[in-house]
Amino acid sequence: MKFILSYVKKYRAMVAVGMLIKLSAALAELLLPYVLEHLIDDVAPLQKSGLVLAWGIVMLLLVVYVRQANVKANRTAVGVAKRSIYEIRRDLFWKSVNLSGGQLDEFGLPSLNSRMTSDSYNLQSFIQSSQTMGIRAPILLFGGITITLTMDVGLAAILCIMAPILITAVVFVSMRGIPLYERVQKSVDDIVRIMRENITGIRVVKALSKEAYEMRRFGETNQEMASRDIKAGIIMALPGPIMTFLLNIGLTIVVVVGAYRVNGGVTQPGVILAFLTYFNMILMGVMGLNRIFMLMSKANASANRIAAVVNSQDELVPISAENAAKTTREEYIVFEHVNFSYGKPEHSEGLETDALERFDGLERQKCLEDIDFAVKKGGSLGIIGATGCGKTTIINLLMRFYDADEGHIFIDGKDVRSYDRDELHRLFGVVFQNDVIFADSLKENISFGRDVPEENLVDAAGDAMAREFIENYEDTYDHKAVVRGANLSGGQRQRVLIARALAAAPRILVLDDSSSALDYKTDAALRRAIREHHADTTTIIIAQRISSIMSLDDIIMLDEGKIIGHGTHEELLQDCTMYQEIYRTQMGNL
Amino acid sequence: MAARDTIRKKPKDTKGTFMRLLRYIGHYKWILMLVFALCFISNMLALLGPSMAGAAINEASAGAGKVNFDRVFYYARRMLFCYVCSSLITVSINIIMMYVSKWIAKGMRKDVFEKLMRMPVGYFDRNQAGDIISRVSYDIDVVSTCLATDVVQILTSLVTVAGSFSMMLYISPALAGVVVVTIPAAVIYVTKMRKITQPRFARRSKNYGIMNGFVEEMFSGQKTIMAYAYENRVAENFDRVNAAAANAYYDADYYGITMGPTVNSINNLGLSLIAVFGSFLYMGGRISLGQISSFVLYSRKFSGPINEIANITNELYSALAAAERVFGLLDEEEEPADREHAAELTEVKGNVELRNVSFGYEKSKTILHSLSLRADAGKLIAIVGPTGAGKTTIINLLMRFYDVDEGSILVENRDNRDYTRRSLRGAYAMVLQDTWVFRGTIFENIAYGKEGAARQEVVAAAKAAHIHSFIMRLPHGYETVISEDGGNISKGQKQLLTIARAMLYNARMLILDEATSNVDTSTERRIQKAMRELMKDKTCFVIAHRLSTIQNADHILVINHGDVVEQGNHESLMEQKGFYYRLYASQFE
Repeated sequence: MKFILSYVKKYRAMVAVGMLIKLSAALAELLLPYVLEHLIDDVAPLQKSGLVLAWGIVMLLLVVYVRQANVKANRTAVGVAKRSIYEIRRDLFWKSVNLSGGQLDEFGLPSLNSRMTSDSYNLQSFIQSSQTMGIRAPILLFGGITITLTMDVGLAAILCIMAPILITAVVFVSMRGIPLYERVQKSVDDIVRIMRENITGIRVVKALSKEAYEMRRFGETNQEMASRDIKAGIIMALPGPIMTFLLNIGLTIVVVVGAYRVNGGVTQPGVILAFLTYFNMILMGVMGLNRIFMLMSKANASANRIAAVVNSQDELVPISAENAAKTTREEYIVFEHVNFSYGKPEHSEGLETDALERFDGLERQKCLEDIDFAVKKGGSLGIIGATGCGKTTIINLLMRFYDADEGHIFIDGKDVRSYDRDELHRLFGVVFQNDVIFADSLKENISFGRDVPEENLVDAAGDAMAREFIENYEDTYDHKAVVRGANLSGGQRQRVLIARALAAAPRILVLDDSSSALDYKTDAALRRAIREHHADTTTIIIAQRISSIMSLDDIIMLDEGKIIGHGTHEELLQDCTMYQEIYRTQMGNL
Repeated sequence: MAARDTIRKKPKDTKGTFMRLLRYIGHYKWILMLVFALCFISNMLALLGPSMAGAAINEASAGAGKVNFDRVFYYARRMLFCYVCSSLITVSINIIMMYVSKWIAKGMRKDVFEKLMRMPVGYFDRNQAGDIISRVSYDIDVVSTCLATDVVQILTSLVTVAGSFSMMLYISPALAGVVVVTIPAAVIYVTKMRKITQPRFARRSKNYGIMNGFVEEMFSGQKTIMAYAYENRVAENFDRVNAAAANAYYDADYYGITMGPTVNSINNLGLSLIAVFGSFLYMGGRISLGQISSFVLYSRKFSGPINEIANITNELYSALAAAERVFGLLDEEEEPADREHAAELTEVKGNVELRNVSFGYEKSKTILHSLSLRADAGKLIAIVGPTGAGKTTIINLLMRFYDVDEGSILVENRDNRDYTRRSLRGAYAMVLQDTWVFRGTIFENIAYGKEGAARQEVVAAAKAAHIHSFIMRLPHGYETVISEDGGNISKGQKQLLTIARAMLYNARMLILDEATSNVDTSTERRIQKAMRELMKDKTCFVIAHRLSTIQNADHILVINHGDVVEQGNHESLMEQKGFYYRLYASQFE
């Protein structure tokens, strides 16, 4: 709630004005039955048509005022909701794209997406409805009770007894419903998951003739979903009838007690009539309060999820020069005895249990152990090793998506932790494993927000062997890629990504398993182009294929987070048995 | 929910879809009849309530000391009875409809899923998973919600409107004239507003959709964005999308939010009119106070249905459109049934022959042109060529995921369409490039192809695929639950699991489509022996990028643009110094 308020606070003047208008409208609406009662009880028996008409006009004016005021106040509320949600989403987005690698792992992509979409939507609904209904409902409820108290204390006492019972009953039932709906949502997720599994794995399912088995599996979940859905639906369908039920009992009591009071001469029959109207009003008030209550508990949960991201600590801020580590080594890139493992417990705030489990056991093992190497300016380094041996982690540390646990990393003699983040990243041209193409023109995908002159763009595309296919498009570099570059082939995607990495003449070029979809010929041509046109660039290539790295100055053979071989291709072929064996499997005999 | 705002296209065949939906509902026709009857009774009771209240008040208005309490109690009892019964019946209607609608939804989901299982693989190649899934999760939900609430609502509204109107007519025809003014006013207003708001709400949903898509795309590339210090540009773009969504929301709700107060004011207007005219009538002595009070109560009952008119028509249309989409899926062509007298393929030795096979996914675009190939039992057939050359197509035909257009595929010298699909597919084990695991334990995933596999068998297969030690390091060993999106297990490890699955399955013929593409070479080297073991004495079809893995194939098929450009074994192909030779040589550049 505090989180929402911090955004709405700015518009408190708007909110206050809207609320005041709303308040006046609600009060005016309360007057209506009062006037009605007066008209019928006091005015009509006077037999003066002029007076009746006059009171009729008063009612009409009230009706018009109520409508105008409500519309005005509602529009103000929408305005406030629009502006606050715009700002909430802006801040949430900015924070999300700036999360450190560790934080990103914790929150998880699907969760970040849903925070951005459905959670922010919940907040928007709440900010709007709390203003449109937040005044009206309590006014209707308490105003209704107050007016009836002034009309006839005895009859109003019945209301005062009924109202709390009503509210308690309704809120109690609704509260029971919320967890039930969470269970329904879980079932929906299960259904969707099984569907997705079967669609993506349809070949396997068919190949193994598991259709009947899958139908059974789906059937069980389907059954479970239906029964949970029914249970939640019934609970949620109850408050309405319960309310009418209780209210109508109250009504009957009012009529009977009213009759006694009329008989005793303490009340007018018109009062009973007005009471019936106020009863309706109170009913609406209770319904409204209940809705606000439900919205609020939903919005609160959503606000907490959003706040967890927005208020998360900025990680990996640059450290001051005094605190930075120093090195005596002169090479451009230096790793000094680096140790690292993922998934540290200090990140547990706002963490989903799913993510916690994911890190349990699996990633806790030390990911890098005593990594120590250096690359000269303009030199090149190849890294090879089994899946999960820590190749990509080296890049993650070098670009400071994570900080090393022990040891230090230097670029150009300066601790990477002391670089400004953007300044550090501008040194790099990088293609990650499974990197993304964005839904934008190829030109924008290559220049990527940097001011890359046209000729450099074309050169980069040329070096990346992407020129030919791009220029075959009618609209060449303006050709639009769709989301994730699905309209490009795997090889074309990789070539565009490599062009992106080369476009701004980076100091350091990092290619993480990014030529796997290229055939050998293209791969070879690419390496030649890098050698010839980017001689000053320090290059790090991570690869599965020995042919992709064998011509580099220096090669590291990684195994389970440790360097087990280091040297040129020829040296490794002599000293490192694992390297020899890989070479044999890939290239045939020595 | 945001999704609920979506204003979909109107259904194309409203009547047909409606009739079909009726047939679905038809299973429950007796229950529904009961609901209709209950609904009628409950609403009539609810309508009688105000008149009883009016009568009671009338009796009470006799004035001080003159009230006939017997009569008051008589009417009060009836009033209470009406209201209580009506509430109880409403609750039971809600419960019954909840059951009916969820059962219908369950039935629809079941039908859709079972339909999917009978669909040919081609359907899944042509349609996006997200789209298919949204039919099951979202469209069916829309239909069921509509059934659960709207049907009852419409019925209630009809009974309420007709009932209260006749009661009002009964009390005072003159006063009822007021309603003749207010109802059409409300209906006209609501229909007019709908025309204004509908396109705006459509735009609102569209803008939300765009924003969600943008966010999803950007978050998935978060690391890249950071690496290129692209955050500012992305934030600028998001700002545009965000502002557009906020504005579309404001624009739609700016108009939408006037709806409630206006309809409410029309109702209040009715109340004022009734008060004024009622007073005149009272002065003329043509109506009693009690009658005015019941009249007011009846007129209040009107406001509910009027408020709902707009919503209900909207929801009804979207439910029909959703139902149409579901039915559209159910009407898709299924995998044709096995031929009559199709044989069970039992005695598999592993002889396969492709005879002049032509095939294309689209009729106009033939991918394989009259391809012939012979694979004798126990032979290793390798298929190489650049991406998109048609290698995977051959696998699709062997497994009968698709059927050939021309020519035939013979298994054990008999057309493969003369076998039952089940037995034919059962003769192959398969490891594909797209590794597939489902949410379940590792054990279940490996044993997927062999129901009731013993623990030792599974462990043996895992050991052979060199994944056993990895599994044992997991928190729960073989009982560790993994999932499709598999955040907890790498692509390479997933591939090893599928290899273990194939090892356990143990069929006479084996298909390896880039089976080790996600496994790094060091691991590949380790499992090579196991792979050889797996391939021993089997007819194998192998697609591979790395030419070193297929050098010892009995027969290599070099495919380019759907044609076999060269074939032979490694030595003979190298001697030809053709396409294969160039592919091979480029490895060493």
